[in-house]
Amino acid sequence: MKHYKLLPLACSFLLLTTTAQAEKIMVAAAADLKFAMDEIVASFNQTHSHGEVQVVYGSSGKFHTQIQQGGPYDLYFSADIDYPRELAKLGLAGSEVTPYAVGRIVLWSNSLDATKLTLESLADPKITRIAMANPKHAPYGKRAEEALRATGLWEKVEEKLVFGENIAQTAQFVQTGNAQVGIVALSLALNPQISKDGGYCLIPDKFHKPLEQGYVITRLGAEKPLAKSFAGYMQSASARTIMVRYGFVLPNETTEK
Amino acid sequence: MWLNGSDLQAIWLTIRLASIVTLILLLIGTPIAWWLARTRSRCQGVIGAVVALPLVLPPSVLGFYLLLAMGPQGPVGQLTRTLGLGALPFTFWGLVLASVFYSLPFMVQPLQNAFEAIGDRPLEVAATLGASPLDAFFSVAVPLARPGFLTASILTFAHTVGEFGVVLMIGGNIPGITRVASVQIYDHVEAMEYTSAHRLSAIMLIFSFLVLLALYAKRPGGRRD
Repeated sequence: MKHYKLLPLACSFLLLTTTAQAEKIMVAAAADLKFAMDEIVASFNQTHSHGEVQVVYGSSGKFHTQIQQGGPYDLYFSADIDYPRELAKLGLAGSEVTPYAVGRIVLWSNSLDATKLTLESLADPKITRIAMANPKHAPYGKRAEEALRATGLWEKVEEKLVFGENIAQTAQFVQTGNAQVGIVALSLALNPQISKDGGYCLIPDKFHKPLEQGYVITRLGAEKPLAKSFAGYMQSASARTIMVRYGFVLPNETTEK
Repeated sequence: MWLNGSDLQAIWLTIRLASIVTLILLLIGTPIAWWLARTRSRCQGVIGAVVALPLVLPPSVLGFYLLLAMGPQGPVGQLTRTLGLGALPFTFWGLVLASVFYSLPFMVQPLQNAFEAIGDRPLEVAATLGASPLDAFFSVAVPLARPGFLTASILTFAHTVGEFGVVLMIGGNIPGITRVASVQIYDHVEAMEYTSAHRLSAIMLIFSFLVLLALYAKRPGGRRD
């Protein structure tokens, strides 16, 4: 009988723990933001003790679909600004669509000296596997395909290409040694964990459309003060410093220069 | 045409993969199931558990370990390189190897049950009639276990068709080589091509239902008379 008395106690405990954390927002972020966003969120959570920001990383296209289907995200950081713009058109946005960075693609390798690589070296028969993000739905994959086509290399290297589900899986294919070279985000190549294993070379951005990245507060997050203050924090000096350190070009800087 | 070229390519690839995996598993799974059904060895429990692992293991675990093992630094990768077979990830045969692991219990367990159901008696009779163990196996056990072979093959084939997580992790999504139907559907959804996704998904749904119907409808017993 004693156990039955504990049951309501256990139930109320479960209920309490879920209601106690009222101020919590969920951020959906493109995989290229992984390391930069982790740092930004950590520093934000330190200064805002009353709330908590949680981030999930994945492909921009997937989040876009999920938000359309009522996904539980308050803020959406996309690697391609067109996705949040489309959400805004559908009436699913709770704020203006704001550009936050321009991304860059690089050739990255941990088995070859990537600093000496150029796009042309991808045609070298010694390179048998090249990883890139899936151009069908990943923004970095689309730009990688554009760069390969602009340089006339697509047909020469097509046979060697393997496609990651997002830019993080692409890097992982190279990191595990299963592809010799990857076309990944500069922000990932600059991460200390990854950069200690290998080098990179920038792919000139004249070969592809700009990787303009944008965020939006979703309709779900529209009424949440924490979502607004986190969006504001992205414009702060400390957040911008972190973004620059990870190789992102900030939108205002490009217009000023 | 209702389906486009890359959809058809994905379906054909899936059928080819599932057929080859089923054939290989018939060859590998039969002796394992036979041994598990007949042995009194202490290892039986351990081997049985290892065979059943893919039933509970997340595909991501299997995919992750296979990616490392088959990579250039991994044991399987080094073996295939010394044998001159090259690296297995992102290849069709890499998928075959992964699927053989992944579908192993679906072949072994129905066969094991079928072999156990035969019991010792028919084999003892065969032995008294002068049949060698191998002869007894092929002329007594195999015919008696025929329904088990059918169930095991259908389940293995269907389970390989339904594979997704492992393929996504070690396949690299190459058209005609590793882009199977389940991955093709995923790509359609990601690219918001819902019409194409619907078509392929409906085919998968009908196929899966028919397979299960074939299995359950032929099952004897129950209360049908």
